[in-house]
Amino acid sequence: MPSVCFYFQVHQPYRLRHYTVFDEDHRYFDTFKNKSICQKVANKCYLPTNRLILDLIKRHEGRFRVAYSITGVLLEQLADYAPEVMSTFDALARTGCVEFLAETYYHSLSFLYSRNEFHEQIFKHMDTIENLFGQRPRVFRNTELIYSNDLAEAIEEMGVFDGIITEGADRILEGRSPNFLYKPPKEGKAKLLLKNYALSDDIAFRFSNRGWSEWPLMSHKFSDWVNKVNGNGYVVNLFMDYETFGEHQWEDTGIFNFMRQLPEEIMKNPDNNFKTPSEAIASYPATDVINVPGLISWADTERDLSAWLGNAMQSNALHELYRMEQKIKKTGDKTILSDWRKLQSSDHFYYMCTKYFSDGDVHKYFNPYDSPYDSYINFMNVMGNLEKRCGKTPQNRQKVMSQLESGI
Amino acid sequence: MLGWEFPPFISGGLGTACYGLTKAMSKLGLEVTFVLPRTICADNPSTHVKMRTPADANFHHVDLESAELKNIKFKAIDSPLKPYADAGTYRHEIEEMIRAKQKLHGTTMVGNENDFDDDKAHYAGDMYTEVHRYAAAAVKLAMQEDFDVIHAHDWMTYPAGMAVAAVTGKPLVVHVHSTEFDRSGENVNQMIYNIERAGMHGADKVIAVSYLTRNIILARYGVAGEKVEVVYNGIERNGNGLSIGKTGIKKDEKIVLFLGRITMQKGPEYFLGAAKKVLEVMDNVRFVMAGSGDMMKKSVELAAELGIGSKILFTGFLRGEDVRKVYERADLYVMPSVSEPFGIAPLEALNHDVPVLISKQSGVSEVLTHVLKADFWDTTEIANKIVAVLKYPPLQMTLKEHGNFEVRKLRWEDAAEKCKQIYEQLIDQAVCV
Repeated sequence: MPSVCFYFQVHQPYRLRHYTVFDEDHRYFDTFKNKSICQKVANKCYLPTNRLILDLIKRHEGRFRVAYSITGVLLEQLADYAPEVMSTFDALARTGCVEFLAETYYHSLSFLYSRNEFHEQIFKHMDTIENLFGQRPRVFRNTELIYSNDLAEAIEEMGVFDGIITEGADRILEGRSPNFLYKPPKEGKAKLLLKNYALSDDIAFRFSNRGWSEWPLMSHKFSDWVNKVNGNGYVVNLFMDYETFGEHQWEDTGIFNFMRQLPEEIMKNPDNNFKTPSEAIASYPATDVINVPGLISWADTERDLSAWLGNAMQSNALHELYRMEQKIKKTGDKTILSDWRKLQSSDHFYYMCTKYFSDGDVHKYFNPYDSPYDSYINFMNVMGNLEKRCGKTPQNRQKVMSQLESGI
Repeated sequence: MLGWEFPPFISGGLGTACYGLTKAMSKLGLEVTFVLPRTICADNPSTHVKMRTPADANFHHVDLESAELKNIKFKAIDSPLKPYADAGTYRHEIEEMIRAKQKLHGTTMVGNENDFDDDKAHYAGDMYTEVHRYAAAAVKLAMQEDFDVIHAHDWMTYPAGMAVAAVTGKPLVVHVHSTEFDRSGENVNQMIYNIERAGMHGADKVIAVSYLTRNIILARYGVAGEKVEVVYNGIERNGNGLSIGKTGIKKDEKIVLFLGRITMQKGPEYFLGAAKKVLEVMDNVRFVMAGSGDMMKKSVELAAELGIGSKILFTGFLRGEDVRKVYERADLYVMPSVSEPFGIAPLEALNHDVPVLISKQSGVSEVLTHVLKADFWDTTEIANKIVAVLKYPPLQMTLKEHGNFEVRKLRWEDAAEKCKQIYEQLIDQAVCV
């Protein structure tokens, strides 16, 4: 009786413009680039895939169900640059077959640096989702599926979540199957859904790889693989970037046709069905405890944090950024706060990754920089300017005050 | 192998490249006879160079008594400074020898006779004379030596290469370390261009030090693409952990280093322009210009004009221990070259644990990724990056770490191996014909 649980990650950061140490204005973001990337991805992926999913839900009369995690920074950009995508997400929300997940609004690494900021961003995201789509998220996914026992505890303490989504990394499963539900060591109500990375990556990464022995991947072949789980698991969690459809895998690879036929092929077996994360959590018990003392993520083969925290530049940039938190918040300036938060998107630190830089690879996807060093320099220049802005306000106020006093 | 300079007597990267390449070739078991235009004076004991009195009155035979260069024979053509014979005399002499050979073998003339004629009347400089005197002597020497391939480094040796090829019928490889367009921009010396062009066209194979240079050879010299191969330069590993003592040096001032010939090609004015901008936002930094060249005076004046004279230090040409010392003090090495065929100096800087900022208009930027890059004309961006390196230690650290690792992958052994393959290909072809 395996259920198939689809969750799509939908995110684009606010990319920075080229900003030198000599720049003094407060326009940090590359509006032109962000707009054009947003519209390009909307046309190649978001719009056609949303229409396809909507179509599939209608055709299968609600038996096909999916989940989305859409970041706040993307929702803002869509509203400005591609509002038609918003209306298709709205249409999806109205079907009742789509679940929206919670995450940090800014797709940030705040869990690692500031619990306070972490909570604020999650609530901001949940409020936004509820406003837009009329449902309050019950399941949490952290940026890049970063997870540990501590994260589970922090989420449990918030008291509003039934489950957490993370990577089914080999080193936490220790031979167990990702197709069951698990729970963290500390007692609580939140269950864990683990990504079946083998089957997920067959679609997300290997689909168009002609060197792969299973190429071309057809929907009936994939359904056979899902059927094999029957009797050894409750749910096959297929978690991937939404850009897989039409952007990572172009339309001419046949990815849309694959997806169009997949629900029908899967449901040819009467034991199979589709469930959203909340439905899976409601339907199945947690079979075992998963102990994750160290941090994991869904990135690269290492499934660790080295893509964002692998070198001195990255950890320096992150520490400096979160060091400013109190200063930023004291200004009470909404623009400053929003600029600061947009700098928290994990992408900015991903661009600074030197790990595979010499080889050139996936890290290059929509990367606006020629090198990780350029990315760090740009980020630090922007942050330097932002810090000056918070320093100034109280000083100016003091100056004005003292001038007033001396005038009196 | 026909060369123009060899350590310790070098004025730029050419000598360093010849040293590195021949040393690696020696390791591969290739026997190299290296012909230099003048005698190497072996005053410097650290180089293990020993000179022998030549048996032949015309040639000095120099032995470098070093295991590393055991397969390399050095031939220096002694250069009496004055009086020079007229360049035409040498040219005539070469032509005579070639003609004599042609009569014997019935082969066609290599190169274009007219190539040397145009500027002769106007240009009677020492370089021109010496180039042809060198060619004449090289031909004589070649007749006494046994070899399979002629390998000529840069334009000064092309006439010699062509002459030796014409006389012996051996395949000629010309190695382009730089072109007249790199050195002089658009103010090309026609005589030199003609020699370069004749050399490239006369050669059986052209080796370019980068794709940047290869493109110039194709576009500006009209050489067929299949004839031009790219062989990147290398760098010798720096065995003595120089960086150890480095951290101990207390300094209240940051040092930004320019090291190279102060000529138009190297873009000294962009270095100074960037320095001016850096000094607008930072104070505790000094810019060191190590090197000499025809733009030295202009650069000193420009620094004064920009009002940053006190922050710029001109050291003149440095070598050996002084180079090591200046690297040891430097926080960043900047090479804002307008046109740099390769650029070995940034590799040396990385080898000394100094992060580098290079212009995108350099061949070396094709092989280095863990460095900062900027357009040479974009002094704002150069300054932006200089400030970042001085301001953010993690940047400097990451650049050093990865840069030093990356530079180890650029080995002269690989360059020598590639040359060897080219030689073998040429020799095979020669046999087939």
